[in-house]
Amino acid sequence: MTTGADRFAHDVRAVRVVWQREMIRFFNDRLRIVTSLIQPVLFLFVLGTGLSTITSGAVHGLNLRTFMYPGALSMAVLFTAMFSAASIVWDREFGFLREMLVAPISRWAIVVGKCLGGATTASLQGVLILALAGIVGVPYSLTLVLTVFGELLLLAFTLTAFGVMTAARITQLQAFMALNQMLLMPLFFLSGALFPLSNLPAWLQVLTRIDPLTYAVDPVRRAVFAHLHVPVAAVHRLNPGVSWDGWRVPTWLELLIVAGMGAAMLGVAILEFRKAD
Amino acid sequence: MTVPVRAVSARGLARRYDDVEAVAGVDLDVEPGEVFGFLGPNGAGKSTTIKMLCTLVQPSAGTATVAGYDVVRQRDDVRRTIGLVFQDPTLDGYLTAEQNLRMHAELYGVPKAVVGDRMTDVLGMVGLSDRRRSRVSTYSGGMKRRLEIARGLLHAPRVLFLDEPTVGLDPQTRASIWRYINELRHREDITIFMTTHYMDEAEYCDRIAIIDQGRIVVTDTPEALKASVGKDRVQITTQDDEAAMTALRDRFDVAPVLAEGQVTFAIAGGEGFVPRLFAELGVPIRSVSVSRPSLDDVFMSYTGTTIRDAEAAGGSNQWVRMMARNR
Repeated sequence: MTTGADRFAHDVRAVRVVWQREMIRFFNDRLRIVTSLIQPVLFLFVLGTGLSTITSGAVHGLNLRTFMYPGALSMAVLFTAMFSAASIVWDREFGFLREMLVAPISRWAIVVGKCLGGATTASLQGVLILALAGIVGVPYSLTLVLTVFGELLLLAFTLTAFGVMTAARITQLQAFMALNQMLLMPLFFLSGALFPLSNLPAWLQVLTRIDPLTYAVDPVRRAVFAHLHVPVAAVHRLNPGVSWDGWRVPTWLELLIVAGMGAAMLGVAILEFRKAD
Repeated sequence: MTVPVRAVSARGLARRYDDVEAVAGVDLDVEPGEVFGFLGPNGAGKSTTIKMLCTLVQPSAGTATVAGYDVVRQRDDVRRTIGLVFQDPTLDGYLTAEQNLRMHAELYGVPKAVVGDRMTDVLGMVGLSDRRRSRVSTYSGGMKRRLEIARGLLHAPRVLFLDEPTVGLDPQTRASIWRYINELRHREDITIFMTTHYMDEAEYCDRIAIIDQGRIVVTDTPEALKASVGKDRVQITTQDDEAAMTALRDRFDVAPVLAEGQVTFAIAGGEGFVPRLFAELGVPIRSVSVSRPSLDDVFMSYTGTTIRDAEAAGGSNQWVRMMARNR
C-alpha cells in the first residue's frame, strides 16, 4: 500500500509536528523561559561578582564574569534541555505520549522530533544568555554568535537525547527529576564551566576529562576567548583547553565527541521506544 | 468492488500475562456499519481485547483482522484505518483544541488540503466549534471526551474504537455523548466498536458480545438476548434470605441468587407468580419487585452473577488490567 519513500515522507512530517509542539509549548510557557534563566544569571552575576572580591576583581586583567560566561551559557542549555526531555515523562503521565505511540508513524520520528525540539528550545534559551555578552565584557560579533549558537545546539541535542533515553525507562516524573539532579550537578561542576582545567590535582584532572560536558564547554570558551583582547598569559592561564596527557584536544575532535555521544544515545532512545507499547 | 470486508474479525484471539489468561480465545465478527458493544465487568478482558485489535498489545495466540488488515503483520495499515478513544485522556492540555487536531492530522498523514474542512466538520459534530481556540486544559471532562471522539474521527477511520467512552461522566454528559455517537453512525460510513460496563448503554448497540473471565459468553442483538431470557425477574427481600432461597429451590423449582442484598430469580409470568409466592414461601416477605428482563438479567442468566458483583469479585483480573494499561 505504501512505498518506502512515502513512509519516510510521512515520518518526516511527524518529526516536524512533534518538533512544532515543543515550540508551541515553549513559547506559551513564558514563566519557564524566565525561571530557566535565573540559575545561569545567578551564577554569572552573583557568584561571578562575589568571587571577584577574592581574586581582587580580575584575573590577569580579565573579569571573572567574563571567564564564567561560557559556563553560564552551557548551564542555561543544560537545564532547558533536561526540562525538555522531562516532558516525555510528563507526556506519558498525562496520556499524550500514547496519542503519539499509537499513530501510524515510525517510533524514531517521535524520538528525533523530541530531541530536535529540546535542542531548539535549549539553544534559544542560550541565545537569551548570549544577549548578555556585552554586560560581561564580551564583544557582540556575528561570527561569535553563530559559532556559539551552533555549539550550543549540538550540546542541547546530545543532552536531550540523553534525557529521552533515560525517560524511556523512567516513568515517574519525580524519579526522573531526582536522577537528573544527581547527575547534572557533578557533570556541571566537573566540566570546566566554573574553573580552568589546568593545574588541577591528578584525581580532579582525570574526572574532568571523563566528564562529557567538558568537551562541550571548552569549544564555547575557545570561541569566546577568540573574540577577547586579553594578554597571552591570561589566555594561557584561563583558557588552557582540554589536554590528554599533554596533547591539546582540537575543537573538531571535541565537537565530534559530543556529536558521537548524542548519536549513540539517540540510537539507544529509538531502540527503547520501539519496544514501548 | 469485491465482497465487503468485515470491519473486525477475530479467531481464537488470546493474551496471557504470566500466569493469568486475560483473554482466553475470543472469536468475533463485526460487519461494516454496525455499532458493536463489548459488554463485561471490569477485568473481564475487554480492554485487553480492544488493545489487541488496535495493535497496542500483541496477541499470544490467535489472529485478528481490522478492515481486512492483520493486526500483527499490517500494524500501520490497521492504525491508519482506525480511530481510537481511550478510557484515559490523551489530549495535550497545553494546546488548543485546534492545535490538538492539527497535530493528529499530521501524525495520521491527512492530506493538507482537507484538514481545515475536516476539522470544522468534526468540531461541529461534537458541538465544540465555538471553543476551538481555547486551551484544552480549560475544558470540562465531558468536553474533553467529545474532543477525543472528534479527534478519533478526524482522519476518517473505517472503524472507531471507543473504550468506555462514557466512564466517569455525569448522566447528562453520558446522554450527550450517546447523542453524538448515534448521529455519527448516520452521518459517517463507519463501524463503531465499543466497550462498556453500563448495561443501559449496551442497549444502543446493534449487537452485543458479553465477555466474562476472558471468554465471550454470547453474541446477539439486545432484543434477541433479552428475549432469550424469556422470563421476568423477581426480586424479593425477606427476613431470612437463606431460608427463602432453600424454599424457592425446593418448592418452586427456581434457581435464586443472592445479589446486592436481594434474592433474585427468573420465572415466566412473574406478576401471576407473586400471590403464590406470598401464600407458599413460608418466610415473611418485606418487599417484592417484578421486572421485564433487562440486559442485567441477560448478563446474569449467561454468567450467573450480576455485572456489579462480577466486578467486585474480579480483583485479581483488575490487577491484570492495570498491568496491561501500564504497559
